[in-house]
Amino acid sequence: MDTPTSYPEKKLKVIGTSPVRPDGVPKVTGLAQYGADFNLPGMLWGKVLRSPHAHARIRSLNTKNAEALPGVKAVLTAADLPEQKFAYVGPERIAVNYWHMTRNILAREKVLYEGHAIVAVAATSQKIADEALKLIEVEYEVLPHVIDVDAAMASDAPLLFEDMITRGIEPPPAKASNISKRIEYKLGDIDAGFAAADEIVEMSFKTAPVHQGYIEPHACIARTDSDGQSELWVSTQGHFVVRTFVAKLLNMKTGDLRVHAAEIGGAFGGKTVVYLEPLAVALSRKSGHPVKMTMTREEVFKGSGPTSGASMTIKIGVKKDGKIVAADALFKYQAGAFPGSPVMNGCMCGFAPYDIANMRTIGYDVVCNRPKAVAYRAPGSPISAFAVESTLDAVAKKIGMDPLQLRLKNTAKIGTPLIWGPKHTHAGFAETLQALAKHPGYNAPLGKNQGRGMASGYWFNGGGESSATVSINEDGTAVVATGSPDIGGSRASTALMAAEALGIDYDRVRPIIADTNSVGYTQGTGGSRVTYATGKAVINACNKVIAELCARAAKIWKIEVEDVIWEDGHARPAGKKAGAFEPLSLKAIAAQRSATGGPVTASAAVNDGGPAPGFSTQFCDVEVDPETGAVKILRWVAAQDVGRAVHPAYVEGQIHGGVTQGIGWALNEEYIYDKDGHLINAGFLDYRMPVCSDLPMIETLIVEIPNPNHPYGVKGMAEANIVPPMAALANAIHNAVGKRLTDLPMSPPKVLAALSAR
Amino acid sequence: MAKHHVTTTLNGNPVEFLCETQQTLLDVLRDELHLTGTKEGCASGDCGACSVTVNGRLVCSCLMLGVEAEGKKIETIEGMANGAQLHVLQQKFLEHAALQCGICTPGMLIAAKALLECNPDPSETEVRYWLAGNLCRCTGYNKIVEAVLAAAVEMRRT
Repeated sequence: MDTPTSYPEKKLKVIGTSPVRPDGVPKVTGLAQYGADFNLPGMLWGKVLRSPHAHARIRSLNTKNAEALPGVKAVLTAADLPEQKFAYVGPERIAVNYWHMTRNILAREKVLYEGHAIVAVAATSQKIADEALKLIEVEYEVLPHVIDVDAAMASDAPLLFEDMITRGIEPPPAKASNISKRIEYKLGDIDAGFAAADEIVEMSFKTAPVHQGYIEPHACIARTDSDGQSELWVSTQGHFVVRTFVAKLLNMKTGDLRVHAAEIGGAFGGKTVVYLEPLAVALSRKSGHPVKMTMTREEVFKGSGPTSGASMTIKIGVKKDGKIVAADALFKYQAGAFPGSPVMNGCMCGFAPYDIANMRTIGYDVVCNRPKAVAYRAPGSPISAFAVESTLDAVAKKIGMDPLQLRLKNTAKIGTPLIWGPKHTHAGFAETLQALAKHPGYNAPLGKNQGRGMASGYWFNGGGESSATVSINEDGTAVVATGSPDIGGSRASTALMAAEALGIDYDRVRPIIADTNSVGYTQGTGGSRVTYATGKAVINACNKVIAELCARAAKIWKIEVEDVIWEDGHARPAGKKAGAFEPLSLKAIAAQRSATGGPVTASAAVNDGGPAPGFSTQFCDVEVDPETGAVKILRWVAAQDVGRAVHPAYVEGQIHGGVTQGIGWALNEEYIYDKDGHLINAGFLDYRMPVCSDLPMIETLIVEIPNPNHPYGVKGMAEANIVPPMAALANAIHNAVGKRLTDLPMSPPKVLAALSAR
Repeated sequence: MAKHHVTTTLNGNPVEFLCETQQTLLDVLRDELHLTGTKEGCASGDCGACSVTVNGRLVCSCLMLGVEAEGKKIETIEGMANGAQLHVLQQKFLEHAALQCGICTPGMLIAAKALLECNPDPSETEVRYWLAGNLCRCTGYNKIVEAVLAAAVEMRRT
């Protein structure tokens, strides 16, 4: 985290209003084009053959009969993809390994989970493509498999990679295992801390893997010209990221691949990676035809990434007055078939809201026979928070303290060290606690079988690389082009910031998402980074445009540019020329474009290091049905520090959405496997996400502690809201029926079992 | 096998199409008639993204065969606005920020319209149960319910 810089306080005109989003109308009329809505003349359909086994060696693969089927134009196996170097590339928290990635795109030596892609075909119709898949012969040697994280860590567990030596242990272990990596963070002296504690609580937890559950399955369409130039339309959180991955996996020149971001039908982290995209591009290169590929819902569940399931143990030592003196955590996260769970985030975020002098977190990244884990909203943090925040609730009970007061007593503040080294540089946590404490519902009476629970959560939020180009049209309207796919309203937030910066009306700004060859590199939409970092690129580009507009005004007035200021959407003479001329509006200057120097346009790029973290604190009231074990949510109140609510209605919407996903994670969602490692609930009927009738209205308390590193005080805010719900619900259920549930999901059968246990 | 010839009324207009026996109405709408506003989220009738009305009745178009549209009146999202004039529900969804990614929105709007046609003054609970067959993963349903209730008020007034 950089040292905060400070922007002068400004009176804001359009930021903080909630106008209709610029991309709204096509989305209510059905005309917006999502990943599966693109078609091209002469297009083929691509389909994927997937593994029926959880773990097997591929003895042989014969695609001859499929290739011979009339209408089949290309068949693709791993042999068509270049081998990749085994190396972890990029910052540790989000490192990628292309040796793994290419094996996830198409299996090579082994299949590592049911649904693992093996062969892709392109044919003139979906029906022929399906028939071709049936003609492919694969000889498997079925191997023992392992799903559960604790089972995968056992010394006699079947190994996914026979040569995998755990990273992060010195000296490295001699024996291979499924443990890809060990992480440890330490602060102070935990032994001394626990020795000084009056009370110690130690608890263990498990969570099930859950899917991001976006309603739009993965979809894309690719075309390639005979000169090797390819184009791809895809539903993704990051079309630049897709370009990088596909170019690397297919050994293409990056400039030869132009990627367009389709409208995206939900993602929540799950569309930050590639599955179909390299296949569609490769099939189009091999066949010479455009190739369209879409996943079925079953393929989405079996072949794309859920987030990790986990096994965790938390130990917290506290003084009688509520001061926490020691905290220790063990987090074991499933990575799925390839290394890379978000366990590092779990280790960093778990205790981050608190000022604890002595703490340690240990994390294990563990492979197992299930789809590779992919980011899911605040990846890693909700899992560790479920364990930590549940334990804190038990600590509060043990010393007879209100759980909210316990957290207030231990709140991290600016200057409090974080477990991974730096100090907190932003406030906001205490304010969310205070907002809840003041809420009349927090002390409202409850009925029989009803309980109230609260919990908090932390998320880093992201900065990073973003680009924007702002162009002023001859009528004084502005086009703002960015490289950030809009998942949930970022066109609206960037347009608001551009309107604020330029001093023009919101409806005179037209935000667009430019393709990879039309705007500078931009990282994916994730980590709650777009309104913050892409927003900064937009504001910087607007400021360059303003400088140019001032120069044009100086030219019109024949005065020095130093004597022109920009105020309220107008160039005004200032300094020694103050009042000498009537102010010129942006529109008036734009109308004289040609005569004053030509097009008015500016680009800006940022690699931002100043995001502020997000804090969320929530409470809920539940009623447990003692006969069915069903948990009914009676009330939900979510407080979150958002820095500045640029578009308050969409800020509320993000909080509603994060809370609801957390509720699904807590109460119903899980991957269920049979004894052979087959996923048996790969559909929306049996993978039970929250529906409208499951929920009450969710109340939001927006806390605004501006981020000094952003001209308008913006902090990312889309993710922290999913962190508290699981523990809040577990705590509420405990308060309702006196049973502590430590195993997610807290579905009716589990609640019922807890109720009947003595 | 030869394709079937189907004659239907789609968004008020006479429409003919050819389809194979196994093609669903959703397949026909999207792949044959190029009306891609109706979305596929699951193809198993669980998510409601493909909601349309058939002779006024709300159905998942993924659960109905294209040939079953013979002689029926089909309404899709593309027929909801009156030209450039948005339906009150569409307008309220925009004003209430009732969509984030927007993929469930066409199905949600079709379902909500069917609700208000049979129950012009629904309670919040009635809205929630009627829309329980339409999954949304972004919004937590808050603003969708608010938008439907607001549309109901306005539609009762006019």
